[in-house]
Amino acid sequence: MASHIYLLLIPLLPLASFLVLGLFGRKYFNSAAGVTGTLSLLLVTILALFAAKDYFLHTGKVNGIYQHVVAFKYTWLQFSPHISIDMGFLLDPISVMMIVIVSFISLMVHLFSLGYMKGETRLATYYAFLSLFTFSMLGLVISSNIFQLYIFWELVGVSSYLLIGFYFDKPAAVAASKKAFIVTRFADLGFLVGILILAFNAETLDFGILIERLTNAQSSWSIAITSASFLGISALTWGLVLVFAGGAGKSAMFPLHIWLPDAMEGPTPVSALIHAATMVVAGVYLVARLFPVFSGDAASLDIVAYVGIFSALIAAVIACTQTDIKRVLAYSTMSQIGYMMFAMGVSKYGGEDGLGYMASMFHLFTHAFFKSLLFLGAGAIIHIVHSNEMKDMGGLRKLMPVTHACFLIACLAIAGIPPFSGFFSKEEILTAAFHANKFIYGAGLFVSGLTAFYMFRLYFSVFWNKKSSPLLTKNEDDVHHAHSEGTITMKLPLLILAAAALLAGFVPFSKYVTADGVPLEAGVDIFFSIAPVVLALAGIALALVLYRKENDRPVKMASALGGMYKAAHRKFYIDEIYLFITKKIIFNCIGRPAAWIDKNIVDGLMNGIAAVTAGIARLIKGIQSGKIQNYTLYFFAGIAGLAVMVIYLWR
Amino acid sequence: MTGIPLTHILFVSTALFFIGMFGLFTRRNMITMLMAVELILNSVNINFIAFNKYLYPGKLDGVFFTIFIITIAAAEAAVAIAIIINLYRNHHSIDAEDAGEMKF
Repeated sequence: MASHIYLLLIPLLPLASFLVLGLFGRKYFNSAAGVTGTLSLLLVTILALFAAKDYFLHTGKVNGIYQHVVAFKYTWLQFSPHISIDMGFLLDPISVMMIVIVSFISLMVHLFSLGYMKGETRLATYYAFLSLFTFSMLGLVISSNIFQLYIFWELVGVSSYLLIGFYFDKPAAVAASKKAFIVTRFADLGFLVGILILAFNAETLDFGILIERLTNAQSSWSIAITSASFLGISALTWGLVLVFAGGAGKSAMFPLHIWLPDAMEGPTPVSALIHAATMVVAGVYLVARLFPVFSGDAASLDIVAYVGIFSALIAAVIACTQTDIKRVLAYSTMSQIGYMMFAMGVSKYGGEDGLGYMASMFHLFTHAFFKSLLFLGAGAIIHIVHSNEMKDMGGLRKLMPVTHACFLIACLAIAGIPPFSGFFSKEEILTAAFHANKFIYGAGLFVSGLTAFYMFRLYFSVFWNKKSSPLLTKNEDDVHHAHSEGTITMKLPLLILAAAALLAGFVPFSKYVTADGVPLEAGVDIFFSIAPVVLALAGIALALVLYRKENDRPVKMASALGGMYKAAHRKFYIDEIYLFITKKIIFNCIGRPAAWIDKNIVDGLMNGIAAVTAGIARLIKGIQSGKIQNYTLYFFAGIAGLAVMVIYLWR
Repeated sequence: MTGIPLTHILFVSTALFFIGMFGLFTRRNMITMLMAVELILNSVNINFIAFNKYLYPGKLDGVFFTIFIITIAAAEAAVAIAIIINLYRNHHSIDAEDAGEMKF
């Protein structure tokens, strides 16, 4: 193992750029902030690619198995001789893969933002927040200690909050950032309790030792955690389910997904970075990180699988009915993450059965490219149209040919059409599901068809539908001059990501990333892939019929479906259910009584003390008359009294 | 000196003390009040001298105390007169009733 010092630069450079831009950026180099941030990210990306090459091709493999290497470790807080919070740098296939994805996508977003956020007065702040997010996310994926992961997990939450609420003068953005923060915090409470349960029983916070102790069924720690139970469920299951609850909150899994669609109030490049490609997959990453432990506990793995497939299903249905372009993409993200989750859930540890794990990571990898491409494309569209509503768009293919081509590639990739990248990863997920659980396989197949349908509904509505863009018909010349397709910095990321979305599927992923580090032989079975591809094509065809030209068929279909359509359009009333629970039940049963106690008992006590003091003061203030003779009299009376006491009593 | 018993002297000092007390309570003029305070101090001085002379003739403790009290009284008079002058500057009066701002 050669020197690892350069690895430390990977998380530290974004931190430095955050500090410099955050502290001095606004005052001294607001306009150069974007270039500064982007250059530092470029350096990080190069280092990350270099690290990945070094790890995957040279140093990582020992006897054909990829090792977990702790490249750097610093004990930060030592609780006891065995338990400490360390700041570490863990190298293993998934962390190296995530470093590459995070830095690469972040670089693309930085680059895109140069054009998209041009003229923004708080540009330095924006780039500072982006750097903070990149730093936190990199810190999260390289964590060697579960508590380090938790710290960065929260940091990621904070930077997400800051970026969603970036337009803080927009009430919707402020509400959305608060909602995202509160919902994920609520989930993180479960995560923390889960960490404590696992760490208490395993007597360590270190990932390597934790996994080793809890997976070895003969070890005393493993026996302790499986024999301890609460409500008839073992402590291991409780710990894992609670940890998964944290992951589900961050990854927007049902029922903690309500924050993700609202989070689209942030700037669009931010949505691409945080709420599509990197942060939301943190939950999947967490499950992958603890996968050896999860795989030893069938109950919690089943929960992961069913939550995943259920989220994928409802998100896909809701996505078909939304009209805000970014919300469609948000629900599609949720659906794809559901895919990754259930792929985890149906997987086993090691060998051929570990296909689900590999497929999940593979899908994470490909999804990052095509989803951020979709979001950046949506950003380019919004940049021109100045609206998020799909009805304001249409016929844009002439106006923005580059975006059109890139968007089409991304749509084909997410729909799982060969040879685009999404096809390969989705195929492997479905294969894994087919071998493990037929019900999940069927639902996954259905979702895959739905995905193709809603993505092409989006595609046709935006780029075809109307004969010519409303922008063009309005005042043709003006628009052409004022809004070209965007600067080169906006097109370049689209092109790079399109290339990645096209080619990422050909990466021999199963050779590099598997649960146990042993390369896996996985190929695409032509006969197996007929069903999903046919379904996807059917979805596309349906979207073509319904949305290619302006017509009233979609409306007719919506009214034919009636209540179903309405329920899906209103997101199955989950927001309303949350509001009902918080406003009606929690506020009335807990909030109001607590407020009453605070107002009447706690405040009352203080007010009572003050009132008594004031009353006594009113009683005795007459003594202070301002007449010297009176004071002398009191003084004399006091002396006389003392004399009497001394002479008659004290004796 | 043998002819005069201690009680006579104590009677004088008691009378002096209450004359001073009476003056302190009844007068409003600050100078007069100061004089009344001096009377009280001197009654105490007489007590010290008398007890020293009659009870511990061989010692000088009471005499020293008296000298201390006279010194303190001089200092006190200086401070008191300074206060009175300032009072006069502020209120154009040295009547104690006129300076009632410090009441509630």
